[in-house]
Amino acid sequence: MSSIISISGLTKVYDSGFKALDGVSLDIRQGEIFALLGPNGAGKTTLIGIVCGLVRPSGGTVRVGGHDILVDYRAARRLIGLVPQELTTDAFETVWATVSFSRGLFGLKPDPAHIERVLRDLSLWEKRDSRIMTLSGGMKRRVLIAKALAHEPRVLFLDEPTAGVDVELRQDMWRLVRRLREQGVTIILTTHYIEEAEEMADRVGVIRRGEIILVEDKAALMRKLGRKQLTLQLQAPVAALPDALARYGLVPSADGSELTYTYDSQGERTGITALLTDLAAAGLRFRDLQTSQSSLEDIFVDLVKDAR
Amino acid sequence: MNWPAIRAIYLFEMARAWRTLLQSIVAPVISTSLYFVVFGAAVGHRIETIEGVPYGAFIVPGLIMLTLLTQSIANASFGIYFPRFAGTIYEILSAPISPVEIVIGYVGAAASKSILLGLIILATASLFVPLRIEHPVVMVLFLLLTAITFSLFGFVIGLWADGFEKLQLVPLLIVTPLTFLGGSFYAIDMLPPVWRALSLFNPVVYLVSGFRWSFYGRADVSLGISLAMALVFLALCLGAVTWMFRTGYRLKA
Repeated sequence: MSSIISISGLTKVYDSGFKALDGVSLDIRQGEIFALLGPNGAGKTTLIGIVCGLVRPSGGTVRVGGHDILVDYRAARRLIGLVPQELTTDAFETVWATVSFSRGLFGLKPDPAHIERVLRDLSLWEKRDSRIMTLSGGMKRRVLIAKALAHEPRVLFLDEPTAGVDVELRQDMWRLVRRLREQGVTIILTTHYIEEAEEMADRVGVIRRGEIILVEDKAALMRKLGRKQLTLQLQAPVAALPDALARYGLVPSADGSELTYTYDSQGERTGITALLTDLAAAGLRFRDLQTSQSSLEDIFVDLVKDAR
Repeated sequence: MNWPAIRAIYLFEMARAWRTLLQSIVAPVISTSLYFVVFGAAVGHRIETIEGVPYGAFIVPGLIMLTLLTQSIANASFGIYFPRFAGTIYEILSAPISPVEIVIGYVGAAASKSILLGLIILATASLFVPLRIEHPVVMVLFLLLTAITFSLFGFVIGLWADGFEKLQLVPLLIVTPLTFLGGSFYAIDMLPPVWRALSLFNPVVYLVSGFRWSFYGRADVSLGISLAMALVFLALCLGAVTWMFRTGYRLKA
């Protein structure tokens, strides 16, 4: 799959001397949903800011659709829509006026049919004549998305799109993002909600202290770095584990009523059959069992912790 | 040139003026009319004429200039400062627009509004005093030059300000006093020699003088010097705006 965004050796050092990006190289594939994860201050917003023209890079190159963002900024920016993290809207404008304004800024002729389609898709049509200041926070978030889609971008940046929005709106946005992807729009989202990345993303990138520490296919990442755990609920608590079970690294619960076994689900042998046999031999009976898999959040926390 | 973008910014800014009609247009017209009542009718009766022009008519070019200066600065500075304050500037900066196009949109709208106001005040003045315009082309030239130059100056202030207080600082503490002391209500020749010499350091003197010449053919300083000073100030403002965009001053980190 070809790249729609190509970032190479990108650095950003602010006037204060703070190095926000340190040689970031990254390729975003056309038509994918890419989730950029990272703790606060990792450089996510700076990276997006540079690609969109809000922040000046200190070094490196960025190409969007083959256009350099500095040399050929008009062509590059025409391809991009940005939904910022903050709810920054014109309080006194109507929804229709502000979305139409956005289309004009990108050099396109007025297209009421397209604006209507966008507003209907975002359940904003009924509010088209309302002043933005009268809308709820969730509705304002939709307006920001409508503004970003007004010029029919091929790449959409969503910087923390669902921060502070209710569950219903979040589900709506996820549906919209999937629909846009089906239309061929490439989506790059930063989020604090790892479940969002887990639910939506095709690929995941993790940034920490201005460096990309991992870029991986989400499914492969979860297979590679994900762990599974088997929890056994015993019929009777145990005070101490028999020596025969020491090799399994079992972790007993505080009251000794549960044992947890961690294993690699991709491994050739998980060791579960042997464990259950040895448990029976040791006279330990269990009344129930369950398995769980580590989430993307667990993987993310581990990654960031390991890089410290 | 991204003309649709310029048009979008221009119309957006003009729409703000219509939305705040009372504040944008009616208020300056009322306050200027009050100047006519106080200085033209009440005080003016005792002054009779200055350089052969009735006092009420004499102050008209100065009053229009006062409005042009203050409104150009206020419109342009607020126009660019408010998106910075509200955060909506991100949209302008991430759009495929060049700095020149941004300036044309904002400064063009601010200058249009102040020119419109100037013309409304001119029409209002004609209701109070007998007016004549001897050099209409020069009048239009000064009107345009002043509106564009001071809208650019306002744009610079709007980029420089990092709070509403600073936004008001330059217009209130520098521009208004300079305008009042710039010969709007008197001829420079009426001042004692020291003050007359000091007045020549006031850039507004040249604008008011040149503008008044276009009405009555009388000026405190020669027309050529007035035009040259207006062009110098325009060049200074253009230089400041260019530097701000080139360095990203207060716009881009």
